[in-house]
Amino acid sequence: MAKIIYVDHEGTERVVEATNGESVMETAIKNSIPGIDADCGGACACATCHVYVDEAFMETVGTPEDMEQSMLDFAENVQANSRLSCQISVNDELDGLKVITPESQH
Amino acid sequence: MDLSNAERVVIIGGGQAAAQACASLRQFGYSGRLTLIGDEPALPYQRPPLSKAYMKGELAEERLYFKPAAWYDDQNIDTVLSVRATAIDRSAQTVALEHGGSVPYDALILATGSRPRPLPVDGADLDGVFDLRGLADVERIRPRMVAGRKLVIVGAGYIGLEAAAVARQLGLDVTVLEMEDRVLARVTSPIMSQFFDDEHTRQGADIRTGARLAALKGENGQVTQAVLADGTELSADMVLVGIGILPNIELAEAAGLACSNGILTDQDARTHDKSIFAAGDCAARPLVHYGRTGRLESVHNAIEQGKLAAAAITGKPRPSVDCPWFWSDQYDLKLQIAGLSQGYDETVLRGDPKARKFAVFYLNNGKLIAVDAVNSPPEFLASKKLIITGARLAPETLSDTSQSMKEIAAAAV
Repeated sequence: MAKIIYVDHEGTERVVEATNGESVMETAIKNSIPGIDADCGGACACATCHVYVDEAFMETVGTPEDMEQSMLDFAENVQANSRLSCQISVNDELDGLKVITPESQH
Repeated sequence: MDLSNAERVVIIGGGQAAAQACASLRQFGYSGRLTLIGDEPALPYQRPPLSKAYMKGELAEERLYFKPAAWYDDQNIDTVLSVRATAIDRSAQTVALEHGGSVPYDALILATGSRPRPLPVDGADLDGVFDLRGLADVERIRPRMVAGRKLVIVGAGYIGLEAAAVARQLGLDVTVLEMEDRVLARVTSPIMSQFFDDEHTRQGADIRTGARLAALKGENGQVTQAVLADGTELSADMVLVGIGILPNIELAEAAGLACSNGILTDQDARTHDKSIFAAGDCAARPLVHYGRTGRLESVHNAIEQGKLAAAAITGKPRPSVDCPWFWSDQYDLKLQIAGLSQGYDETVLRGDPKARKFAVFYLNNGKLIAVDAVNSPPEFLASKKLIITGARLAPETLSDTSQSMKEIAAAAV
């Protein structure tokens, strides 16, 4: 179990309990976190679950694989800490992970 | 018609469009009674993984569900499951249920989906012959997906080929029968068909195009053989049928709603009855970027129309209409499709199919109308935007891999 903190573009924080093995995207969808669409359901096919990872967790979360990186290149307002949340799998080390959701996924 | 005072919204169907309509109605502020009537026992779940990761056993069932059961309680949504709606009374504004009783509505969303086209040959009802549409189908199929068994797949569309890929990876002996002279004939160009035919063949599947199934034969009620029109006999432990779907429009037709290979809707997903909407596989909608009406069988379409219906009911501005898009996973190949290629007069190849990373663009009169991108997200994502702006692109620009898709998109007019 890990707590994930979702911060929307206006700064509102929502803290939810995540299940290990599920993704940061799935956790968001199941908890009705605004700002993540995840149209394809986690197949890394649509780039609508873009989030910014809090700097403190950048190393633990790791870097995107090629497919994800090439999708991120086309997301809006991409930054160095951008990730697709469907590709971040929850584990104990991510307890307290903070991700910021963008204003829009399109 | 103003539905902003609606207090009873009913959704018939329990798939992607229904789930989206539920979520969007609540998100857009609808606080009245909300009832979802589904004929499957399960709460709404994702169908795409059924022929991909879930069939392969790589995804737990609970991860298929859009929302946990508690969410429907929290959102005050009544879920009526394992129940068929049998009739719509448009003057009384009620939906009749199969075991008696009826549900009144102020606004009704038809998200009735589609069903597999039945296999029109003798023996289609033998044990071991399966459709692939719902969770229950996969529950029956999976225990039989045992290495070394002989699987015959009828139909080389996306579902058939995705299932073929899963079955080969699980070690089954796979034969795919396709009536047309190439795989994916209905949905893509010859160059893509050839690529996927080669790939499946290389992976050990026996792809037979121009092969017409004449009958299935069995012993003791269990399928054992597929017989082709030319007399070829293939032994089979299991047969999967993937020859397309039929939209579930009977309820709508019986209620007098206009249908034409789908329940006809306007840009707001509204039928000609102002209180009734249709979304997902069952609906024929204006394809605004293509100047025609059509039915789309896709996740994107179900989501978009679910949102459109919810926005219209709650009086919100119409959500933006995106370029249609699709995807398919086969082996380590991710195929991403943007747009509708029907009616193209030119194709442009970018990259090298041998590198398993390439795209085929479809043009009509110089205008980009679609792309099939294999392991090439930039081609897919850039095209998705270019298509809806009606961009004209020179073939020599699209095929020039020394320019990135970002550069090409930036220079497009």
